[in-house]
Amino acid sequence: MGNEENVGKIIDYSGRQFKQIGTRVVRPDGVEKVTGKANFGADFKANGMIYARTVRSPHAHAKIKKINVDKALKLKGVKAVVTGADFPEIDVNDKAVGEVVVSYYDMAHNTIARDKVYYDGHVVAAVAATSADIAEQAARLIEVEYEVLKPVMTAEAALKKNAPVLHKHLFTQGVEPKPDKPSNLAARSQFKLGDIEAGFGQADVVVERTYTTQTVHQGYIEPHACVASITADGMVNVWCSSQGQFMVRAYVAKICGIEISKVKVTPAEIGGGFGGKTVIYLEPLAVALAKKAGRPVKMVMTRDEVLRATGPTSGGSARVKLGAKRDGTIVAGDMELTYEAGAYPGSPVMLGCMTGFAPYDIKNINAVGWDVVVNRPKAAAYRAPGAPVAAFAVESAVDELAEQLGMDPLELRLKNAAVEGTQAPYGVKFGPIGYKETLEAAKNSPQWKAPLGPNQGRGIASGFWFNIGGTSSAEVMVNEDGTVIVATGNPDIGGSRASMALMAAEVLGIPYERIKPLVADTESVPYSMLTGGSRVTFATGKAVIEAAQDAVNDLRRRAAKIWDVDLEQVEWQDGQAVCIESDKHKPLTIANIAAKADKTGGAISGKANINATGAGPGFGTHICDVEVDPETGHVTVLRYTAIQDVGKAIHPSYVEGQLQGGAVQGIGWALNEEYVYSDDGRLLNTGFLDYRIPVASDLPMIDTVLVEVPNPGHPFGVRGVGETPIVPPLAAVANAVSHAIGKRCADLPLSPVRLLSIIDGK
Amino acid sequence: MAKHHVSTTINGDPAEFLCDTQQTLLDCLRDELQMTGSKEGCASGDCGACSVMLNGRLVCACLVLGVEADGATIDTIEGVAQGDELHPLQKHFLDEAALQCGVCTPGFIVAAKALLEENPDPTETEVRYWLAGNLCRCTGYDKIIRAVMNAAAEMRGA
Repeated sequence: MGNEENVGKIIDYSGRQFKQIGTRVVRPDGVEKVTGKANFGADFKANGMIYARTVRSPHAHAKIKKINVDKALKLKGVKAVVTGADFPEIDVNDKAVGEVVVSYYDMAHNTIARDKVYYDGHVVAAVAATSADIAEQAARLIEVEYEVLKPVMTAEAALKKNAPVLHKHLFTQGVEPKPDKPSNLAARSQFKLGDIEAGFGQADVVVERTYTTQTVHQGYIEPHACVASITADGMVNVWCSSQGQFMVRAYVAKICGIEISKVKVTPAEIGGGFGGKTVIYLEPLAVALAKKAGRPVKMVMTRDEVLRATGPTSGGSARVKLGAKRDGTIVAGDMELTYEAGAYPGSPVMLGCMTGFAPYDIKNINAVGWDVVVNRPKAAAYRAPGAPVAAFAVESAVDELAEQLGMDPLELRLKNAAVEGTQAPYGVKFGPIGYKETLEAAKNSPQWKAPLGPNQGRGIASGFWFNIGGTSSAEVMVNEDGTVIVATGNPDIGGSRASMALMAAEVLGIPYERIKPLVADTESVPYSMLTGGSRVTFATGKAVIEAAQDAVNDLRRRAAKIWDVDLEQVEWQDGQAVCIESDKHKPLTIANIAAKADKTGGAISGKANINATGAGPGFGTHICDVEVDPETGHVTVLRYTAIQDVGKAIHPSYVEGQLQGGAVQGIGWALNEEYVYSDDGRLLNTGFLDYRIPVASDLPMIDTVLVEVPNPGHPFGVRGVGETPIVPPLAAVANAVSHAIGKRCADLPLSPVRLLSIIDGK
Repeated sequence: MAKHHVSTTINGDPAEFLCDTQQTLLDCLRDELQMTGSKEGCASGDCGACSVMLNGRLVCACLVLGVEADGATIDTIEGVAQGDELHPLQKHFLDEAALQCGVCTPGFIVAAKALLEENPDPTETEVRYWLAGNLCRCTGYDKIIRAVMNAAAEMRGA
């Protein structure tokens, strides 16, 4: 293991010419994935494995009066049934605070209902049998007696005076005095800057409007899947796809009431997550069933289950008021957001309040958010949670303000853009950021100058996301032949193995191809926070750089020992140890040193366990050109450019991919995606045919511009990049459509039906 | 009920399996033959992650019953590479970074291969419409389309 005093020491790479960072290498896991050999969540099998299915509530809101499992248990092949009664009760105040607040009580009840069901699709029981078909038959034999209650399907309905109250223990947080009665209003949050009244007092022009969006789903192609088994001595093994094996371990331990040391989670490849796999659904059920049945249990969701009961992100309304002086200086911004949290508290509304105005230097800000529970699935994180809805409203308002002022919307943004030193509405003063640079790049892009035809419109919008750091670990192990294994604890959701290997290669000075990045199980590397918050290339990358540096120091010490010189005389240059004092020692390559490891102190490795601070915020600007068919209300996206300050692109292709993918998810959100419920609260569009995400023929190429303003908080200048790209597109699309039809589009999605009603003025 | 005995040719080799009447070809490939390269994303023919060739025709394996495959020739993602020699589509997917999570990738490659066998010189629009039955949520399709166009060019010797 490395020299203690060098652990955690950050070396200065400023001004360094990178040799491998920034190259477009083939990802290490690529061949496995293009040949179909990579194992995703549903691909794992265990000997003696049986299959489980769930029983889900058909009601949006009901009391469970009785569950009778006798008939199911009598069916041949059925091995175990579990209901809420099989799980330990968890204290209602047991919570963890992270990117979003996690209530273990709510999570446990969301995993399997106890006395009440809160949405269509809520699990009430699960059954394991020798085949999936028998499990499905058995699930139909489980009799659940419900007392059906009136559901509240929207925030508006939930906040009505006599609305049915979902949770008896839910008292509004963040209001004074504390309410004496429970309600569906879970929390109020507020962020203020300056004096909002005085700000509007200075304004020559004021725009105000309310914007709405609907519930949308992350839409990952891989449904949730897991296998759980219990060893003869009571150890729990879980194989699953998720955004964090340590997250799964912690949550399974909590919900099943097991010590963490008795749970091992092995990560499968993950087939998309976008935040939706930062929580668990099936794993505790599979563990409980495996325990009862004494056999490994496999559970895989259907698409219908995914849409009814996982994800989604909040629909919401946003009232935004902006005031500006005649010269375009925005002097006041007021915003009130109301987000539907789903069945349990915890919509990302606070993050909406924090992010909406962040691209602008506005001296007087007031942002209030309301978190409301409704009878829909509990919202999970979705790429920049909370930010897209707020940005849709603010960026539409900025567009409208530009119209009122007779200014170019890009110039209006440039005039008010946040720069280094700008006070953000959520408390911090920004360090070096590249928002203005994204606007300049937009101005210089071919798209900004392209001519538009009839029924066509162009929209521009910007967006902000914090990006986070957090706890990450990395181990760098030098093999006997000088090749290297880099082990981390973060699932590779979009190419992070490549970025980890590139960063290690850069520090070690050896070719990328000689490094094998490994996504390790929970017993093979120290704890890491999950893959989310655009943190992996930043935080885990920082850990990899430090661990590689630690390994370099170990290699230097070995070389010093071989040469019998002081450590200070050994420098690491281009993958080899060089003796700076004397030229009688020929440089030693990593392979030379590795071959002699036995004689110099045993295995060579480096490690780093860090809580990465200094995450750099991300700003993006998108341009969207559309053509509207005034007869059908159909919108065609003609051209699209996504521009973002990415800090330093470790692997530019995968960074571009993040921009393109985020833009297209945002286009889907803006134009087509929405949850459609019946009056009694049943989800009507439970498949990809009706919940239609963008397909290849809906889209043009998505042009990208990577602006690189280095983040001083990372040795190579990295900023998180994954989430920012979904923040601007809602408004970029809506602004484009608004200009094409000459009317403001304030309600998403702009599906043909809705757009026709706007065009026709209904 | 007794299981059905199904004889097929998969990726050029004889393959037999036993299945229940209601099992789909996708279930049979994945669960009976341990060929898990074809993925299930929807089980309703909407996502294309289970794209395979059935008697030379591109189908969603989730919409075909195992018993329907009796006597049929099936080609799956597992047969696209020849040993360790990747198909040009696979190479260009890697070079273009046309995958992020990779779960839709086998379906895209099988579908794109079917396109190029029928139309070796497709326009971008033709590629986009042919692949409209394959959903990808990560990439925004841009790099996928480029990879297919590049592979087509290479295969034409252009």
